[in-house]
This record gives sequence, C-alpha cells and structure tokens, in this order.
Amino acid sequence: MYVQLTSDALDAQRLVQAVRTDASGAVTLFYGVVRNHNEGRGVLYLEYDAYPELAEKQLRAVAEETLSRFAIDDIAIAHRIGRVEIGEASLLVAVASAHRADAFTACHAAVDRIKETVPIWKKEYWEGGGVWLDGTPVALAEQVGEPGA
Amino acid sequence: MRIHVRLFAALADGAGCRSFDLDLPPGARAEAVRLALVERFPRLAGLCGRSAFAVNAEYADADRLLAAGDEVALIPPVSGG
Repeated sequence: MYVQLTSDALDAQRLVQAVRTDASGAVTLFYGVVRNHNEGRGVLYLEYDAYPELAEKQLRAVAEETLSRFAIDDIAIAHRIGRVEIGEASLLVAVASAHRADAFTACHAAVDRIKETVPIWKKEYWEGGGVWLDGTPVALAEQVGEPGA
Repeated sequence: MRIHVRLFAALADGAGCRSFDLDLPPGARAEAVRLALVERFPRLAGLCGRSAFAVNAEYADADRLLAAGDEVALIPPVSGG
C-alpha cells in the first residue's frame, strides 16, 4: 500500500510497479487529468490546496478501506498539490488484483471516496479569474472510513 | 487557552490568512472556533456553516472538547481529484 501527496509531477509507472504482485492478473490505473473546460468555461489551469497532515492520513484511510472492502492485492494513490496544467494528472489510483472485475470496481470506489473525504481543494483559473470549486461537504460518518454508516 | 486555527482554500482566501491563534475559555468546543471565525469575518458565515472540523489532524465533531495547544482546522467542502 502506498500513498503520496506531492507538488511534483505524478509518476504513473511507479504506482503500477508498486501495486503489481506475481498473483495479480489485472492492474487498473485511474488518471484524474486536468481538462480545458468546466461548466461552459474554458479552463487555463488548476491549483490544488490541501491540509497535508490530514490529507495523507485520509488517503491512507481510503487505501486501507479499499483493501479491506475488495478482493485486491494492493492499492496505491498519488495526489498532486499546487499548480497543475491542462493534460497533467492531479490524481492517480492504481489497483492490482487477481481478476479484472475487482480491480475495476475497487479503483472506481477508491476514486469516489477520495473525492468525498480527503481535505484537498481545487481552484479553477480561466480568462476572467479563478474560483475555488464548490465541493462535497465532509460527513463525519464517511470520514472514519465507514461507508454508508 | 490558546488554540491554533488553520484555514484552507476559499476560507483562507476569504480570511486573508492560512492560520491564526485564538484564545478560548477552558471547556470550549470546536464550534467556538467557527463562531470566532464568523465573528471576525461575517461574510464567511455560509462557507463556515458548510465546513467540517479537524482537531490535531483528525476529523472531529462540532462539539469536540478542545485542550490548550490544539490545532483546529475548518474543512470547507472538498474538491480533490
């Protein structure tokens, strides 16, 4: 299990290598990439802020929760902070498992949990200025890694 | 008792700072930090109302009892990924 919060460019192959085991028949890799549009606006770039101490803890909590919920071999998560350009990855999630169904499902679930519970925020910049995007309020039951509690 | 408050994203922009120290009476709960912030920056009331708490880098309830030296963060609605 590996989690990383960094302002450096994310390394997808490193995550894939970190999760794959000889028992794994499937590795899924999710790239969350900065796109050039949002709600009809042209986007120039994003800036991510984070509460680093809690964000790392919460990324780890999501990884552990995903490992225990699904039949997977390993999971790795990397999230970037600071300025991220169009086409660059801000989030990577890699999951290895014996079979592809679990790898797909677990990866999807992990991405959703990250977006609901980790104290990271994105600010979108366009020609007219920048705005912190309206996010998901963190609910206490979800915070402690108990989905649907 | 002295509490260290941490702000992020839109709250930090709105308050013009990422942290400040706050003196609270013994027995104060996390909610008191939100009240103090809203009193200092009334136009952040709506966003503060939608924010969660973290005490010493762990999520906490609004009624969490605080101790001297605690670090309290207000966590606005998150938008990672």
